[in-house]
Amino acid sequence: MLTNYLGIVSLTENDSKLKSLTATRPLGSIPIFGRYRAIDFVLSNLVNAGVTNVGILAPTKSRSLIDHVGTGKPWDLNRKVDGLYIFNYSYDPPSISDIKLLKSNMEFLLRSKKEMVIFTSSHMICNIDFEEVAKYHEESNADITVVYKKVTNEDDLFLDAPTLILDQDSKVVGVGKNIGRRTLVNISLDMFLLSKEFLIECILGCLENGNCGSFRDFVYKNVQNMNVNAYEFKGYVGCINSISSYFKVSMDMLNVDIQSELFSKERPIYTKSNDSPPTRYFSTCEVENSFISNGCLIEGKVKNSIISRGVVIEKDAVVENSIIFPKCIIKSGAVLKNVILDKNVVIDSNATLIGHNKNPLVMEKHSEVDLSVLKEVKRV
Amino acid sequence: MNGLKREIIAMILAGGQGSRLKELTKANAKPAVEFGGKYRIIDFTLSNCTNSSIDVVGVLTQYQPFTLHCHIGIGTAWDLDRTKGGVYILPPHTNDSGGNWYKGTADAIYQNMNFVELFSPEYLLVLSGDHIYTMNYQEMLKFHKEKKADVTIACIEVPIQEASRFGIMNTKEDNRIYEFEEKPKHPKNNLASMGIYIFNWEKLKRYLKEDAKDENSDHDFGKNIIPKMLKGGEKLFAYPFRGYWKDVGTVESYWEANMDLLNESCPIDAPSCSLDLYNDEFKVYTSSIAYPPQYIAPGANVKKSMIVEGCSIWGEVYHSVLSYNVYVGKNAKVINSVILSNSHIEEGAVVENAIICSGAKVSKGCIVKGKPGKIAVVPENKNQSSNLILE
Repeated sequence: MLTNYLGIVSLTENDSKLKSLTATRPLGSIPIFGRYRAIDFVLSNLVNAGVTNVGILAPTKSRSLIDHVGTGKPWDLNRKVDGLYIFNYSYDPPSISDIKLLKSNMEFLLRSKKEMVIFTSSHMICNIDFEEVAKYHEESNADITVVYKKVTNEDDLFLDAPTLILDQDSKVVGVGKNIGRRTLVNISLDMFLLSKEFLIECILGCLENGNCGSFRDFVYKNVQNMNVNAYEFKGYVGCINSISSYFKVSMDMLNVDIQSELFSKERPIYTKSNDSPPTRYFSTCEVENSFISNGCLIEGKVKNSIISRGVVIEKDAVVENSIIFPKCIIKSGAVLKNVILDKNVVIDSNATLIGHNKNPLVMEKHSEVDLSVLKEVKRV
Repeated sequence: MNGLKREIIAMILAGGQGSRLKELTKANAKPAVEFGGKYRIIDFTLSNCTNSSIDVVGVLTQYQPFTLHCHIGIGTAWDLDRTKGGVYILPPHTNDSGGNWYKGTADAIYQNMNFVELFSPEYLLVLSGDHIYTMNYQEMLKFHKEKKADVTIACIEVPIQEASRFGIMNTKEDNRIYEFEEKPKHPKNNLASMGIYIFNWEKLKRYLKEDAKDENSDHDFGKNIIPKMLKGGEKLFAYPFRGYWKDVGTVESYWEANMDLLNESCPIDAPSCSLDLYNDEFKVYTSSIAYPPQYIAPGANVKKSMIVEGCSIWGEVYHSVLSYNVYVGKNAKVINSVILSNSHIEEGAVVENAIICSGAKVSKGCIVKGKPGKIAVVPENKNQSSNLILE
């Protein structure tokens, strides 16, 4: 158990390619796989490794995040000693700089009795054993250990992610960017292990040099001047940094092997419960190859889809290859294919929405779709 | 009194063995038996308290209480983890004059009189932990006050042929009870007690103390206290309840109550036909477990059913209720059944008119088949590797 570790989750991630999904929320609180939000995975990974002290560096649009995380109870982080801290305030104007956020809240680092830090973001979805990584880090005597995964870019899933250039001893000697060439690359998962002392040193160094970007950029720019080690993670990783990768990663959950790895019995993924009743399947429904949360009423047809909590799918409605966020209502005769519906969207009877399987159609939160807007949004 | 004073507090009787539920309550108190997919039976009563703004709830436990105690914890799931008030688990205890098990429902309250007194309530709401229903107790309290009653008993109309299973109220026009018959052989009407009482606490105290001295008494509300109060000329009223209510006392009624959840064609004017679990204003709360969503696999066929998180369905599920983390293999058939948590229905198995208790396994190709009125039960954690067919 990593009793000497502090977790820092930096949500100042680049979410520009997630369009309306991050219009009102940080990337960390994007609903995913029906009942979760992106941050659940990293939080669960931390607590499953025994971390009991976690700071979340949040950008300003963090209402839904704070609502979701609350006191940290679902992750057992509601504690008298240590526990969960959310930092979405800083003395500087809001900007996406986790370095500044950390500087403003240096007290959190100084007060904590933990000597080691796991610094991570939320957009790399995986179920990783941080105890293993910590062991590897501590035995290596490196300043920093970065977690990476070897990928072949088969499906452009990790576009734009940082890539690590390693020497024979798995030391990081350079950092590039994944531009999607079909070769084997080492994708960084933006997870760093280091000592608290070294982290504070980095923050102060950043500020002295007027380099107030993000911590990850600081590390990637300075690999030459530090001893940076790399830990290879061989499990499943889903990177959600664009609409198309979000769509693809969501659909990965319909693969049973990935499903059982990500939701392993040994290391469960925790989330805020919202007390939904069971899901009802009515006599007229046809459901196949779908991942469905509690609280839904299903009378229509659902295929290859991910359905969040409290969704109503009426008789003769068809939902295919789609992702439906909580509390949407899809009325009878509506047809959805390759669509992402954000929360509380109402699709009128007989409306048809068809997106492309690589480029799904996204409906914003609270929108209502009826037949009159049909022509504008129908794309093939 | 620093914030402990309450107008009304609730006491939930949750200590009974429920022996007619057989295998279901062998290692588990009846209120802790899983029900309706993600709930345990007591969740309904606890949630009613929460939804009725009653924030002091005593839970009296006795038989096999471990699972029940774990489930309730400090009451967080029902918002009953309050600084002042909340949920209190009240097991039988010893004191300087010895100690006793709870001898009856009235004795259980009598032994916890000091607890009730802490809150100096005007009214005491006495509930059972083993009924399935949703109800706003504030409405009943309003009725109780309007009638200036000493006792109000919630009642429901039952089919006359079943009336002899219940305590039957004979009432006048204004709902005043003039006669109470506990399980009468020849019932005069079909107004059955739901085992939900509102007492004026000061009145009840007197009767409890008298009853405690009565050596011939069973110390039971229905059998002793209510008849004594009627005899004493107290004002007893029947509060007519029109919603869904079921006492899941037997394996059959437990199975039926689960099947009732699947009713699809309830007339709007018949609220007693099925329980509404989907009312956001009146949620049923439970302490939930971290499972991923349910996976309905390619080739699966699910209809007329209720399924919860953690399940993975590869076969056919028809008109059934599944709890957490149930696996139904390819070509398996689950029909008219109740499958409790963590159980495995392996490939090609057939389960019909049955209850599969939690952690049990029905092996490949095995048949478990009962019939309405004679439900087949596979006990907890049992590996059912042969056919079980009830003729």
